[in-house]
This record gives sequence, C-alpha cells and structure tokens, in this order.
Amino acid sequence: MNQPRATLWIIVFLTIAAIIIQLPFLKQLQFRKGLDLAGGTSITLKADMKNIPISQRDTALTAAKNVIERRVNVIGVSEPLIQTAKAQDYRIIVELPGVPLQEAMNLVGTKGKLEFREVLKATSSAIPYEDTKETGLTGADLKDATPAFDSQTGQPIVSFRMQDKSQDKFAKATQKLIGKQMAIFLDKQYISAPVVQSSIRDSGQITGGFTIDATKQLATYLNAGALPIPLSVLSSRTVGPTLGLSSLEKSLFAGVLGFVIIVLFMSILYGRLGILASVALIIYVLINLSIFKLSNLTPYGITLTLSGIAGFILSIGMAVDANILIFERMKEEERRGRDKDVAIELGFSRAFPSIRDSNISTLITSAVLYNFGTGPVRGFALVLAIGVLVSMFSAIVVTRTFLRFIYK
Amino acid sequence: MNIIAKKNWYFLISLLVIIPGIVSLFLWGLNLSIDFTPGSKLTFSIANKNDQAKIENILKSENVKISNVEVSENLVSYRTVSIDQNKNNKILEKLGNDIREEEFETIGPVIGRETTENAIKALLIASFLIVLYITFSFRSVPKPASSLRFGICAIVALVHDALVVVGVFSILGHFWGVQIDSLFVTALLTIIGFSVHDTIVVFDRIRENLIKMGSSDFPNVVNESILQTLVRSLRTSLTVILVLVALLLFGGESIRWFIVALLVGITSGTYSSIFNAAPLLVLWQEWKEKKQ
Repeated sequence: MNQPRATLWIIVFLTIAAIIIQLPFLKQLQFRKGLDLAGGTSITLKADMKNIPISQRDTALTAAKNVIERRVNVIGVSEPLIQTAKAQDYRIIVELPGVPLQEAMNLVGTKGKLEFREVLKATSSAIPYEDTKETGLTGADLKDATPAFDSQTGQPIVSFRMQDKSQDKFAKATQKLIGKQMAIFLDKQYISAPVVQSSIRDSGQITGGFTIDATKQLATYLNAGALPIPLSVLSSRTVGPTLGLSSLEKSLFAGVLGFVIIVLFMSILYGRLGILASVALIIYVLINLSIFKLSNLTPYGITLTLSGIAGFILSIGMAVDANILIFERMKEEERRGRDKDVAIELGFSRAFPSIRDSNISTLITSAVLYNFGTGPVRGFALVLAIGVLVSMFSAIVVTRTFLRFIYK
Repeated sequence: MNIIAKKNWYFLISLLVIIPGIVSLFLWGLNLSIDFTPGSKLTFSIANKNDQAKIENILKSENVKISNVEVSENLVSYRTVSIDQNKNNKILEKLGNDIREEEFETIGPVIGRETTENAIKALLIASFLIVLYITFSFRSVPKPASSLRFGICAIVALVHDALVVVGVFSILGHFWGVQIDSLFVTALLTIIGFSVHDTIVVFDRIRENLIKMGSSDFPNVVNESILQTLVRSLRTSLTVILVLVALLLFGGESIRWFIVALLVGITSGTYSSIFNAAPLLVLWQEWKEKKQ
C-alpha cells in the first residue's frame, strides 16, 4: 500500500510548514488582533448621500474613505482597518488599534478640504503648504474629476469640470498662473502640482506622465474635495489598552488550559488511541494558527477577537468529537469480534456519515452567521468554519494514517 | 435501559425547565444591551465599592440616566442613555486619575435595529437550511420513517435548546442585570449548530439500524440507537463542557456570559438529542399508527 505513505509525507510536510510559519522571526506573518484584544477605537460612520446623485455615491464613499485613510496614515497608526459598507445606508467603518476615542474622532470628524494654491517657491518634489499662497479656489468649485486618456497622445490624464458658479473665478485665477505651477492640497497635504497651460473655465485636464493608477488616485482626491459628504457617527467603541491586554492573556491561558484538558481526557479515555488523537490535535492547532497568519497576506484576513478565540477553542472540542465517534465505533466493531485492522477501517467508514452530516450543519450555521453578522460575530463564524474544515482533515486523514502505520 | 418507554417523563422534565423561562420572558422580557437598543456603555476598572459610588454620583451629576449595572470582579459596566464623546470626556475629567475607563461604546438606533433584524433572520434561515439538509441527507431512510420527520424533530430539539437558553437569560437579566448582546446571538447560533450536530449522530444511527434490524419494532430500534450512541454523546459533551469551564474560570470577564450561554445550551443540547429528538420520532410514529 503506497498511498498511506504518501499521505504521511504530506502530513509531515504540512506540520513542518505550519511550525515554520509559527516561528516568531517571520515578521511579515503576524496575527491580526481585534480591538478587544489590542485596545483602540472603532467608529462606524454614516455618509449622508442626499445631495449626491446615485451614480456617484460609490465613488464618493470611496473618496471619503481615502481621505480618512490618508489622515490615519499621516499619524502613523499600525494596522488600521478602514472599510466601506453598504447596508441600509452608506457606511465607513474605521478601526484604529491603540488610538483613544478623542483622537480617532478628530481623524474622522471633519470633511476633506481640497485647496488649489499658487506655488511661490517651485520645487520638483513635494511642495510644503507654507511655500504656497491662497488662490481662493477649493474643492467646492469642482464639479467632478475622472481619470481619462489624452485623445492625441493616449497618455493617462485626469479631466475635471468646474461648477457653473465657479467658472469665472477659476478662469481669472488660472489666467494669472499660466506657465506656473498650481499646487493641490488635501487637508494641507500635498497631492500634486500641475503647471497651468492655459486659462481654465468650464473644464480642464491634468497631464504629466501619470500611470493609470496615479490618475485614478488623483481623481479620487479631487472628488473627495469636490464631493464632500457629511459623515455622522452611528456607533463608536473604545477599549483601553490594559483591558485588551488582560483579555488577550486570559484567553490565551484559557486556550492552553482547554487544550491540556482535552489531551488528558482523551488519553485517559482511550489510552494509546487518545495519545494519537492528541498528536493529530496538535497538528490541527498548528495548521489552524498558520491559516490565521497566512490569511493576513490575502484580502480576507482573519482578525482574532475574543469571540474568535472562543470559537477556535470550541472548534478544538468539536475536532475531538470526530475522534470520539471513530474510536467508539472501532471498539464496537472489535467487540463484535473483528480483527483490529478491520475494526479500524470499519470505525472510520461507519462513523463518517455522522461526522459529515454534523459538520455540514455546523458549516451551515457559520455561513449564516458570517452573512448576517458584523465585526466580532463574523470573526467567530470564520474561525469556526475553518476549524470544522481542518478538523475533518485532522480527524479523518491524520489519525487514520497514523493508525494504519501503527497497526500494520 | 429503556429510554423510549419513559419518554413522557423526559418530555416533562424539559417542560419544567422551559416553563419558568417562558414565564419570565412574558413578564420581564429580555434585558437588551446597546447592541439592540440605542445607548451607551461605560466600563470602568474599580478597586472597591467606594469607586463605584463615586462613578455613580458623577454620572448622576451629569444627568446621565443609568438603566443597567453589571458588576464583576474589578470591572463595572453601566448601560446608559446615548452620550457623545464630549460628555464622556467631561465624566472622565471629573473622575480624575484614580479610576480608569476601560471601555466606552455608543450605538445609534440604526445599528441596533439592524442587529435585531439580522439576528432574527440568521436564526430563521439557519434553522430552515438545517431542516433542508437533514431532509436531503436522510432521504434514503426506510419506511415507516420519513426524512422530513427527522428534519422536523431535529428542529424541535433545536427550538427546545434555544428556549432553554433564552429563558435562562431572561431570568438572569431580570435578577442579575445580565444583558443580551450580539455575542449572545452568536452563542445561540453555535448552540443550534451543536444541538443539531448531536441529534444527527443519534439519527444517523437510527438510519443505520433501521436498515440492519428492519423497521417492524420502531421504538426498539430507536432505543437501541440511543443506547449505542450514548457513550459518545456523553463523552463529547463532557469534553466541550470541560473546555468551556476552563474558559469560564480563566477566559476573562468580557466573554463570561457568552460562555455561560454556551454551557447552558450545550448541556441542554445533549439532553434534547438523547431524550427529546429521538423519542419524538417514536411519538410521531405512534400517533400516526393510532390515526390509521
């Protein structure tokens, strides 16, 4: 029988990979901790869209999100999480680990202010706000901006249109600046400084060797000023750093303790079989933890929260259930006078329908939870679902392969 | 041991557990947290009763109405009317440096309504999908049993467990200020998953035995199946309960009631899968036969 040997190698390989991923020196691979563990502030904002045409609402929301993102990046928050969400209304969810409430409110509180300013001292790199002079032109004078391509050269550009009432003002200001740079600032932060080619009245374009991505981003910034959406706070939550740390320590301790209890319990109940199951369980935990870490390299990163950890510990309990089902079944078959190796195979094959059906029902629950939940509930559901899937692998494949090797 | 012969007694035990909870539910309802109804929650770490009195005085002087107090070892949580961060800052200023605010949460009416709607939707959709899956998975079950009946009995057991937990928390909420939050909904859905998990193991054995032993003596087949899976059911539940007890004792205060809900639910789930779900199949069968 060649197949179990190959499976064994796969298990060994997965285990070693999982151990390497857990080594602390791999800095890119970290757990992402939720606010209840890391401490910090979470704010859910509602965007007031009543003055925005429906077709532009998505863009406006992204623009507002980008404004907040920029501000957050400026103060250097580690691992911020800024998401947009569409429920019954348009929302932005901001999670800032380690930031107290007041500071977080300041970051999201005001709407983005876009300014066009005259450059006094021309430089090739980012122009400081102090080296510029007011022109009286702001984002409110812009109607919209879109990334586009130059009709002659095919170069990526940003084209923009002015508000009707601002056309005279813009034409006058740009007339004065022909041949000079006009710098664009968002919340006093330098964005771009195109040279004014001609007087701009109703519409214009910004060129300058952009990449397509750069034009998209510039257009977004312009729109952030041009479409300032008022944001109001729907909910906010702040967790102090000490509470977060103590929750983290406690849940880790409880997790280790829970694990030790299960290992002892299984070893007492099932002797050598129990020890084998415990080894499979260690592999189960390692693979799970690795998935948590690796997920952060993808857009579907798993954020560990208190309830997520509880879900994980619970899934260990459920993983054991599969083993108990199998072992009980094996004992039964042995009592009926079957040989050990036959009993092993029968134990697995006869317990399988129960394991499959019961785990699928748990997967159904987690899928529903994931779809309807927010924040902590989602984390819990995701962790539980991953746990159930990995537990099928550990209980059925890992334990079975071990047993086949021992009782051959 | 003949569980089926005494099934009415076991149904009675279930009723005795559920009825006080339902009475409490009608009299006092559920103590809902700000996750469901708009308001604020302020949590402070305190050293003694004096600290608590001090906080309450300050909240009073700021005209902040307290609707619920939850005290644990060294934390105290107040559920209040909605207050903004300016008000919160004022309170903190008055408190000085001795008492630390550990958590401040404000949830507006929109979110609360949404959470409630989503919780109810999630419970209903999950139950429906599970019946559907069981009906499908047990489609090959031999006569006189029918797979739909298996599905419905599993759901009755599930509703039983949900009622036990909701009832217990209605009582806890009235007498000890324990609140229902979105974590509670998570616990409830986990319990549902677990309850069905347990029930399926028993049902699966009934399916297998019906094929093996024939279906002439249905009550006996069901009884045998329960007995054959009893050890597994108890051992699995015991493992999970041991883990939960570890979490309860050492897992920190923020998830204490979440764990309590899971403990109550999983205990109830174990009971209902052995003493309710399968005996109910027999009851249904007997009722059908009488009608003919």
